[in-house]
Amino acid sequence: MTALLRVEHLTMRFGGLTAVNDVSFEARRGEITALIGPNGAGKTTVFNCITGFYKPTAGRIAMAPQGALDTAAIDALTRSGARGRNGLFLLERMPDHEIARKAHVARTFQNIRLFSGMTALENLVVAQHEPLMSASGFSLLGLAGAPRYRRAERAALDKARAWLERIQLIDRADDPAGALPYGDQRRLEIARAMCADPALLCLDEPAAGLNPRESADLTALLRAIRDEHDASLLLIEHDMSVVMDVSDHVVVLDYGRKIADGAPAAVRADPAVIAAYLGVPDDEVAAIEQEIGA
Amino acid sequence: MNALWPALRAALIAAGLAFPVVALRTDLNMDNQLVLEPRWSWMLAAMALAFFGKLALGALPARKPKAAPAQTAEPPARTKWIARAGLALIALWPFLALFFAGPSGALKWIDNYGVQILIYVMLAWGLNIVVGLAGLLDLGYVAFYAVGAYAYALLSTQYGVSFWICLPLAGILAAFWGVLLGFPVLRLRGDYLAIVTLAFGEIIRIVLTNFSSLTNGDAGIASIPRATFFGLPFTAGPNGFAAFFGLKFSPIHRIVFLYYLILALALLTNFVTLRLRRLPIGRAWEALREDEIACRALGLDTTKVKLTAFALGAMFGGFAGAFFAVRQGFVSPSSFNFMESATILAIVVLGGRGSQIGVALAAVAIIGGSEILREFDFLKTIFGPDFDPTQYRMLLVGLAMVAMMNWRPRGLVETRAPTVSFGQARQIGADMVKEGHG
Ligand SMILES: Nc1ncnc2c1ncn2[C@@H]1O[C@H](COP(=O)(O)OP(=O)(O)O)[C@@H](O)[C@H]1O
Ligand SMILES: [Mg+2]
Repeated sequence: MTALLRVEHLTMRFGGLTAVNDVSFEARRGEITALIGPNGAGKTTVFNCITGFYKPTAGRIAMAPQGALDTAAIDALTRSGARGRNGLFLLERMPDHEIARKAHVARTFQNIRLFSGMTALENLVVAQHEPLMSASGFSLLGLAGAPRYRRAERAALDKARAWLERIQLIDRADDPAGALPYGDQRRLEIARAMCADPALLCLDEPAAGLNPRESADLTALLRAIRDEHDASLLLIEHDMSVVMDVSDHVVVLDYGRKIADGAPAAVRADPAVIAAYLGVPDDEVAAIEQEIGA
Repeated sequence: MNALWPALRAALIAAGLAFPVVALRTDLNMDNQLVLEPRWSWMLAAMALAFFGKLALGALPARKPKAAPAQTAEPPARTKWIARAGLALIALWPFLALFFAGPSGALKWIDNYGVQILIYVMLAWGLNIVVGLAGLLDLGYVAFYAVGAYAYALLSTQYGVSFWICLPLAGILAAFWGVLLGFPVLRLRGDYLAIVTLAFGEIIRIVLTNFSSLTNGDAGIASIPRATFFGLPFTAGPNGFAAFFGLKFSPIHRIVFLYYLILALALLTNFVTLRLRRLPIGRAWEALREDEIACRALGLDTTKVKLTAFALGAMFGGFAGAFFAVRQGFVSPSSFNFMESATILAIVVLGGRGSQIGVALAAVAIIGGSEILREFDFLKTIFGPDFDPTQYRMLLVGLAMVAMMNWRPRGLVETRAPTVSFGQARQIGADMVKEGHG
């Protein structure tokens, strides 16, 4: 499998605090990569650097939405000073909205950020802003009701309908997103990110606050995204059953450093990982010990 | 007994408030000296009013807070019928006024109650794009109104450009200034944005006051060409509108024409806004109001989204400004002070941010309400000849604000209509909809 995202020597400092310290890893095409670690390890900060919400203090983040990452090409692009060319992008140079639009990286948030006063359907349509906007020709074609815009809008609604059916929310399409139960909001946020047509989908703790049945549904959804929608996933997760079940590749952070990187089975047996998790509350340790059969 | 204490407290508070402003009145005597003229009876009256008012309020049965439903059903057919009747009334208003008040009495009804209200409806609809849809708090909207007015005033008096060419130009110029202001300002959020837009409004006014060589300063620009009926002036001469159509000349023709002109402009604003709401650009405005960070994560360039909202709102302000200039035939900086911005914003807030119909109703209430105060001259027989009801305009607006904040904090129309739906579209309750200010 080829990599589509390569993070190299990523460092992020907030004043005196080094939240992410020289972290390097890759996310491969068609795989689910999990980023795990105790609270405060710097996982969300890594996400914020990848998606452009933070400018990293140091490091390079290369992304190839379609093609393959090629070290020589990345180096050439780095020297050229450009943000991206020929389907290769250096994310640390791009503003957040360009990362989403051009490098095709979409994300969800640890605290759900839906457009709560808009309906579930509207949320999914807003995510398709880019194709709709170009079809509406500076809104002039749209104002005139041109056939080209109508076609694009119909396609957007069809896509939204397919996703609402996929996450079993089609009956609540016309309800405000803020009125949905928590678990539904989580799935809606994932569907909204998918409507933005990402090559890489970054999910920040998607299983947080879900009951076991909802967690199982989520796992199935994540697999479907990987297998049917041609998107790779980068996943932050605390729920170890979800991580071990669904991920192809696990990266472990602790105090901002990478302490392990490999297949789930190898990572769960890694003494450094077990030790890192001993620093967290007892019930979590017990849960993890049960998971890994220690 | 339990009700007495709050009532006494209310009376004491009333006394405290009334003592400096009501009880102690200063006046000039014959020798131009300042004299103190106590009005204890007025203060006692205020205290009594507070006391008995509080008692009466206490006697009312307590209101049960009712749980706001997340959604309410589509407005029934009755509401649609009322809306149609309202539109018919607006369309026929000048003729109804002529019919009931006669040619001389109708002038006031068409001009003060029709044209004046419609100008504010249009301005509030324009500001509604910025404040209601995009959720950006703009305290300097009057700047764009001023740009439009001066654009027409200067182009027509200096270069003789006709109104029909100036009208789009005024809109484009205002939109241009909207973008120019937008670039540096839209990085700011919330209170900072509000303060800088307020400053921008004042800067425009001060420039208009001091750039005397161009704008003639405080004296303003007079004898701006009046509107023509597509080239036909509203004059008594043989080339005038009346002569052309074989009518008897009457100044009311011009007013009726202005009425329909501003009505068309306001309806255009409404039509464009409603259509844009259903286009990606309008959805992006509302998404921006709901959550700016999520917008950026979805690839929306929020700077562009804000700029388009600002530019479009400014453009409609510019149209309204050009209309203002052609209606008055005179513009001066004093017409564009902060009070105007505040009034327009008050209309948007009272009407319900984002709601077109609510904003229109609020404009009728606030502008129509302050006009109607002039009709209350008969109160002079009660309060004496010095009583001027129009002086109480701001007091009443303030009272309306306080009442609204208590009973309908999100404005007359609180709910939001979805822009697209699979089934029957249902209104979204105010508790879900964010207010923005980013
Ligand atoms: N914007 C910020 N300013 C200052 N410190 C921050 C900021 N964002 C995160 N941090 C700090 O960085 C560390 C890592 O945080 P975070 O990435 O949210 O951890 P995780 O998601 O792994 O729980 C924490 O100590 C946190 O307080
Ligand atoms: Mg986190």
